[in-house]
Amino acid sequence: MSTYPDSFYAVMRRQGISRRSFLKYCSLTASSLALGPQFVGNIVHAMETKPRTPVLWLHGLECTCCSESFIRSAHPLAKDVVLSMLSLDYDDTLMAAAGFQAEEVMEETMRKYKGRYILAVEGNPPLNEDGMYCIVGGKPFVEKLRYAAKDCAAVIAWGSCASWGCVQAAKPNPTRATPVHKVILDKPVIKVPGCPPIAEVMTAVITYMLTFDKLPDLDSQGRPKMFYGQRIHDKCYRRPHFDAGQFVEQWDDEAARKGYCLYKMGCKGPTTYNACSTVKWNDGVSFPIQSGHGCIGCSEEAFWDKGSFYDRVTELNVFGVEANADKMGLVTAGAVGVGIAAHAAVSINKHKKTETHKKDSL
Amino acid sequence: MSSPALTQEPVYVYEKPVRLWHWVNALALVVLAVTGYLIGNPPVVTGGEASDHYLFGYIRFIHFSAGYVLAIGLIGRAYWALVGNQYSRQLFVPEVYRKAYWKGVFHEILWYLFLVSEPRKHVGHNPLAGLAIFLFFVLGSLFMIVTGFALYGQGLGEGSWADRLFGWVIPLLGGSQSAHSWHHLGMWYLVIFMMMHIYIVIREQYVSRQAMVSTMIDGWRTWKDDRP
Repeated sequence: MSTYPDSFYAVMRRQGISRRSFLKYCSLTASSLALGPQFVGNIVHAMETKPRTPVLWLHGLECTCCSESFIRSAHPLAKDVVLSMLSLDYDDTLMAAAGFQAEEVMEETMRKYKGRYILAVEGNPPLNEDGMYCIVGGKPFVEKLRYAAKDCAAVIAWGSCASWGCVQAAKPNPTRATPVHKVILDKPVIKVPGCPPIAEVMTAVITYMLTFDKLPDLDSQGRPKMFYGQRIHDKCYRRPHFDAGQFVEQWDDEAARKGYCLYKMGCKGPTTYNACSTVKWNDGVSFPIQSGHGCIGCSEEAFWDKGSFYDRVTELNVFGVEANADKMGLVTAGAVGVGIAAHAAVSINKHKKTETHKKDSL
Repeated sequence: MSSPALTQEPVYVYEKPVRLWHWVNALALVVLAVTGYLIGNPPVVTGGEASDHYLFGYIRFIHFSAGYVLAIGLIGRAYWALVGNQYSRQLFVPEVYRKAYWKGVFHEILWYLFLVSEPRKHVGHNPLAGLAIFLFFVLGSLFMIVTGFALYGQGLGEGSWADRLFGWVIPLLGGSQSAHSWHHLGMWYLVIFMMMHIYIVIREQYVSRQAMVSTMIDGWRTWKDDRP
């Protein structure tokens, strides 16, 4: 079978990867995407015949934890993704070029692969003061983002910053940090939230797009269904303790030592969509709940503004009152109860008087 | 309908399905409030294997079942509003567009503030009660049904009937955690309604000029005196 000079396969061979390892990689990718064995052939074919898709990776307001996570990917190894699979033509923190040279690479990629490259965005643009809170290469980041998005095929919003806003968009959000989908309105935006997202999830999303030339199936919030289709809670290994009613009530109590459910300690597993309880972290070593701490819900929208990480019934801000629903409810119900008692007392008193009055007048 | 009664004869107000619904619904609400509170603040089982217990599972199961009873009951009650007698419609349609209605509301407020000496007679709900039942119970329980099934849909999974029908509510309320908080607050809204409802019914039982509690048991509105 003839191979195309610009294909992934050709590049991999040039990197000294044997055909045998290449086929192994294709099988591994197929299974990590939960595809049947018949899809291995499709992946092989795509890798042999399709030109590499370049990826531009921009950094806005962020902490680079997404990049840190990405380069720790184990399946497929990030080095394979970076060096052979996709061409990360532009990534401020990973590429060798710097300064004008770097900006030139971006220009060139945009020209050469017009309408075909993927734009990966880590972090988000702040919009206040014309975007002056984040300057990259002498320009506000929001301008660079709009410019790079103009000719891309799709945008991947890496992490909670790009997907939801994350900590820099937490109340009162002084810089008006704004998630990518609210700035780039004319391109498909795939959200891969998490603070950071899981490395394997990140590489698998990119691999899927390169292999099948289409976006993965997205849920109503724009997240890939294969990784964000269920809550942490739905696949949590401590779920039996939840159903049994066996809960940790204090850090380091007997139940904590036994590894019971962290629901009462404010675990956000039941309200968080992510793959932590299945894919796990650091090559499948562990994830927060397995390490004895509740989920903080880092892949959910505005998770910084949802009250304490350690309460199950969290604070609400309603009509300027900051309290949890039970406190608000109890206080109001108590007030209504007192009102009822007072009203009842007056009613009884008055009723007696009328009755006596009636009897007198008879 | 909400205007003062003109007859001195007993009136058959609440038909059998309405009465049955009222009591089933009341039971469902109490069960929902208690189990709902426990879901937010669960009791703890200690010791033994997880497979020895299913306490929280049962609490949640009872909550979800009672939720179905509330929702299906309300649908049935809405159907009865279409085919039942004239009083069966009062629950859903307070006559806010009529001027006399608002005068009636005002009169009832004065009555509860002890500023008028004698209450009016009402065959169905008095205007203030009708308004309160609509705002607290009808809107409140609709909110609870919608948010409740939206949260239930998260457990059933994406694409389930509950997710497709009500899943849109969750992002609207600011995500799953916030939706839980609002659902929790809604419980207190209904608890407050129940407190006031029960108090006022018992009070009117003694103070008003008509039968109250027995009407929801046998359906007949009887009168204590024969003045208009």
